[in-house]
Amino acid sequence: MEQRAKHDMAEAETVLELDDLTIRFKLKRGELTAVNGVSFKVKRGETFGLVGESGSGKTVTARSIMRLVPTPPGEIVRGRVLFEGESVYDKSDQEMREMRGKKVAMVFQEPMSALNPVFTVGSQIGDALRTNLGMSKQEANERVIELLQLVGIPSPGSRLDSYVHEFSGGMRQRVMLAMALSCDPTFLIADEPTTALDVTIQATILELIQNMIERFGMSLIFITHNLGVVAHACDTIGVMYASHIVELGDTRELFKNPQHPYTMGLLNSIPRLDTQSKYLTPIKGLVCNMQNPPTGCKFHPRCEKAMDICRQEIPQMKEVAPGHFAACHLHN
Amino acid sequence: MTENILEVRGLTKHFMLDNDTVSRIAGKTRTLKAVDGIDFFIKRGETLGLVGESGCGKSTTARLITRLVEPSGGDVLLKGENILDFSRPQMQDVRKTVQLVFQDPYSSLNPRKTIMQILSRPLEVHNLAKTWSEKRHRVLELLGLVGLAEEHADRYPHEFSGGQRQRIAIARALAVSPELIIGDEPVSALDVSIQAQILNLFRDLQEQFSLTYLFIAHDLSVIRHISDRVAVMYVGKIVEAGNVEDIFERPQHPYTKALLEAVPEADPDKPPPHLVLKGEVATPIDPPPGCRLCARCPLADDYCAEVAPELRDTGEGRFVACHKV
Repeated sequence: MEQRAKHDMAEAETVLELDDLTIRFKLKRGELTAVNGVSFKVKRGETFGLVGESGSGKTVTARSIMRLVPTPPGEIVRGRVLFEGESVYDKSDQEMREMRGKKVAMVFQEPMSALNPVFTVGSQIGDALRTNLGMSKQEANERVIELLQLVGIPSPGSRLDSYVHEFSGGMRQRVMLAMALSCDPTFLIADEPTTALDVTIQATILELIQNMIERFGMSLIFITHNLGVVAHACDTIGVMYASHIVELGDTRELFKNPQHPYTMGLLNSIPRLDTQSKYLTPIKGLVCNMQNPPTGCKFHPRCEKAMDICRQEIPQMKEVAPGHFAACHLHN
Repeated sequence: MTENILEVRGLTKHFMLDNDTVSRIAGKTRTLKAVDGIDFFIKRGETLGLVGESGCGKSTTARLITRLVEPSGGDVLLKGENILDFSRPQMQDVRKTVQLVFQDPYSSLNPRKTIMQILSRPLEVHNLAKTWSEKRHRVLELLGLVGLAEEHADRYPHEFSGGQRQRIAIARALAVSPELIIGDEPVSALDVSIQAQILNLFRDLQEQFSLTYLFIAHDLSVIRHISDRVAVMYVGKIVEAGNVEDIFERPQHPYTKALLEAVPEADPDKPPPHLVLKGEVATPIDPPPGCRLCARCPLADDYCAEVAPELRDTGEGRFVACHKV
């Protein structure tokens, strides 16, 4: 998981752009803004990490790229998603079908609920190939074996007729990855792909994803709450808190020089492997209630450095160093 | 204070699979060796971290020690007495000494009971509070200990976040003033910022009540943070045990080494995670003789495949089960 050379990336073209994306859900118990003014760009060949705690809006952001947010109850209030320069939300259903799978593919967190338990692995992956690429059953089967081999499933030929429950967690995640890669996408969205897995299996899957990216020149959005994983797997990181991106920047810069109190808090609160300290430094308080969020900066009730302005105004993203953005009133 | 509050010798739990009449006659029953003869001890006042990947038998161990699952063999000595010989009333007393905190605070608290009811239940069972006002007083005290407010007492579990629920589960364990608390992945369902709060709470309570912990987790950095000594499990066996510094700085068993190398550290300048072990975790169902790791181990030879290594004392409180060390 080497960090790729930065100069390559500066020249690379932008593949995906989210601009002021705001998504609101109308629920029985009230309205909830899950994603609020989120903007970021992903360049070709780049791995973008989206970090945040549960409920911060990472998954909804990722799903909106593939137009997988159900409307209703969801509603795109503002903003747009541009994939290869075209607005995803202006595409017809036919065009969306072309995009999903062939250009953009997704790996979900829980392979057990994302894969179909009543179809064999071979037929599920083959289905995508036959629908999207118009392959015959025979061709599809051959390609599936190739794919299973690629993701490191031993004796793939004999596993074609296996069902998902016959695979272990790590193997299921490989099947998901094989399915996502089946139609040679140029863009992969991985939503907590290793969260349910043990560390040794996690290391294998991360290595595998990294290989795939390098081999096929893919771009990747990597969603996780594990700061250890992003530190090694991603080039750029966006930190989400309560529906906002609060900090955005190059991985090394963000870890060495965090500018938002939430990012600093997160980095301080994780136990370390190299030293032992008696007490950790947690972020005080609880994650805010998203149906009734605090005014101004959503983090202010938990922030040590909160000022009057934090209670009134939502801070805008500011460039604090070249390519490093933070949304905090401290940087005014 | 070096007395062992708990000592486990040759603790074993074998589950019979396909254990129906037909399979028995056909000789096709299988044995799942969830915990296969483990030895360890916990000194009074210390924290023993038990770490391993899913399915290695960590949780079963916790349940065996408390006899929530009946062991197939071995001894569990609590303050020198073998609790496996105890009668039900005697076990009642053991439960006053040993308490459990479970992983998922969403399923370990009864959704139909208020926090007051949940926390007063252990007081009733063990006759620790007689009158309502005594109970109320104790419950409010417990809530204070875990950082919750008095007004929380009359609410229901669904009104609380995951971190707060885990505080309630800890308060329930504290209700009977136990000496040993077994935490079965008590922080793994929590977000990092909340996880740190709960880990600090565990520390505070340990100091305040001189508690002993058996802390089970799969997250190595959590184990490193909380433990005084660590035992590493792999497929029903303890492969290495020792002081936390020794295990993390100078791991000896190939499995411990591989586990540590696979952890991505939250620092981009640290070496990236790296996988030494090939293949999948071995199955505990009818395992072959020999070392459980031998199919994946870079050091394994024919001898490893035939003879299972014993957990040997290698000095300075370190125990390793490997022929190659």
